[in-house]
Amino acid sequence: MLTIATGNKAVADAVKAAKPGVIAAYPITPQTEIVEQIAEYVTDGELASKYVPVESEHSAMAACIGASAGGVRTFTATSSHGLLYMHEMVHWAAGARLPIVMANVNRALGPGWNTWAEHTDAFSQRDTGWLQVFVSTVQEAYDATLMAFKIAEDERVLLPVMVNLDGFALSHITQSLATVEPGDFLPPYRLPHAIDTENPCVYGPMTGPNDYFRFRWDIERSMRDAKGVIADVEREFAERFGRSYGPTEDYRCEDADVIVIAMGTLGKEAEVAVDRLREEGIKAGSMRLRWFRPFPDLNLAGKEVVVIDRDYSFGFGGVVAHSVRSKTGVEPYSVIAGLGGQEVTYDDIAGFVRDRHPGKEMWFGVSDHV
Amino acid sequence: MSAIPKEEYLFKCTSACAGCSSSLCLRYVLKAAGPDTILVVPACCTSVIQGMYPGTAMNVPVYNIAFGAAAACASGLSNAFEARGEKTNVIVYAGDGGTGDIGIQALSGALERGTNFLYICYDNEAYGNTGMQRSGSTPLGARTTTTPGGKPTVKKDLDRIVEAHNPPYMATACSAYPLDLYKKVKKALSIEGPKFIHILAPCPPGWRYPAEKTVEMGKLAVKTGTWILYEREFGKLTINGPSKTAMKKPVPLEDYVRGQGRFKNVSPEIFDMMRQQVEQNIQRLSREEAGVC
Repeated sequence: MLTIATGNKAVADAVKAAKPGVIAAYPITPQTEIVEQIAEYVTDGELASKYVPVESEHSAMAACIGASAGGVRTFTATSSHGLLYMHEMVHWAAGARLPIVMANVNRALGPGWNTWAEHTDAFSQRDTGWLQVFVSTVQEAYDATLMAFKIAEDERVLLPVMVNLDGFALSHITQSLATVEPGDFLPPYRLPHAIDTENPCVYGPMTGPNDYFRFRWDIERSMRDAKGVIADVEREFAERFGRSYGPTEDYRCEDADVIVIAMGTLGKEAEVAVDRLREEGIKAGSMRLRWFRPFPDLNLAGKEVVVIDRDYSFGFGGVVAHSVRSKTGVEPYSVIAGLGGQEVTYDDIAGFVRDRHPGKEMWFGVSDHV
Repeated sequence: MSAIPKEEYLFKCTSACAGCSSSLCLRYVLKAAGPDTILVVPACCTSVIQGMYPGTAMNVPVYNIAFGAAAACASGLSNAFEARGEKTNVIVYAGDGGTGDIGIQALSGALERGTNFLYICYDNEAYGNTGMQRSGSTPLGARTTTTPGGKPTVKKDLDRIVEAHNPPYMATACSAYPLDLYKKVKKALSIEGPKFIHILAPCPPGWRYPAEKTVEMGKLAVKTGTWILYEREFGKLTINGPSKTAMKKPVPLEDYVRGQGRFKNVSPEIFDMMRQQVEQNIQRLSREEAGVC
């Protein structure tokens, strides 16, 4: 069915199609609309889930952990400080191997209070063991949320998945949305290690160094296997519903001399910048990074690279720029742009490419190349 | 005692300290709850008592969770079982720190939401698992590793906080009265909605008394009126037998305080305040039971 929706509504609609057993959530701007919409679906009887309105994000994730361990499909949504408040439980969910799906509406962190887009919230959860995907359109927010359940619940993965969408720049903008009847794409779910009183086990007890170390390795092994599972699920989704995705979305990259790497809505904006640059005779391409964990294998041999980070690791550098450098050996031009929702147009992005300084870093609107 | 089942759900291989009264309580809680039970345990002594992976001393599923998260995790579990159409006892078994301090927000939320679960706080009046630091539940004057001069403030009244949420059933219990505890768990689990039981669980290393005196210490807490056994069903208070007797003619508070190293060197002024507090509690609950408040 074709409709018009915001990014938040698209996530809520995907959750409705996925039919979770339990949804636990706390409202926080700018994701509030997701949990409001889901509450409406549950109240109207359009979605037969248990909706647990908790008192904090720490409790939201704790309730999701309990529900998922209880064996049912589980969802929550959060943003920014909410995500940081649940940080402890974000680790716990992955360590407990629970396929929880969470939408995170990317937003800056205080102080000062800033509700606009930034990726620092998600990156602060980088090492928790969650898979992380960043979307760029309303349609992709819907599709990625549906696929997230299938990826998380695959027995080769059994790790939680975070679907990231930019605050306001995507959460609150409207675009056309094609919804689907998932049918057996998402069959009814029961966790293989669900709690069972017929077979009493302890979960998460005291664990010595050797066993603990093995559990960590199991997470990493699943994270590596997840690359193949993501590809399988995205291929199946494309066959069934006609929309295909990959670890990156590459645009005019084949013959490009210079490639812009960005995430979320800026990655989509970069495609317009590429068209503009091509008109000027600059052979540019765009490689929008969709999956941040597991980090994709990038082929950038022989290319110049401009990385736009809507984040920063203080005292170190842009997180994506450094990830690209350490994974590929390419020395990118690192642009820090869009923090706290700073407006970055395709003209600006084209400007970053024209004025690139490989190996240098520049804070857009604040500093020159350093 | 013959009414209590012989089946054991807590095996004889726990890692509990000698004279641990909270593990004694857990044994009776599980006997009352039976095999169709899931225990949710935040960081507390019970995290250790159950043993080390891959072994376990528990014969029911145990879900271990982070310190402040037990009530919320149980809320999710309880809802998952309802979504599965299954009826299973979800019981949180948490210490006083994980209940009255770091876990109080989650407990309050779960009570307010009407979560169908039983929350049990076993109260040894300190952070026992981490080496006897003060908690909000530590009483006035008690020496802990973080109040070496004695705690300067009074014990947080957890029961009145829980009571303010109007759960359909709440009770106090004490490890020295296992049959009373057993009956209360049975009754709690027969009621839909959120239930709360607060157990006083004396702790030999924390309270600094000999391990063999753990039952005697619990009895003295009740007989002196320091700990009052009662139930509150749909708001109506009933004071239970042992406390009824004690409240008419309490044993002198000295008998309880003298045997515990944690109260050594308590000043006469502090002791007076402790005695006044006991008297006030006895009067408050007596008045309420008599319908005079």
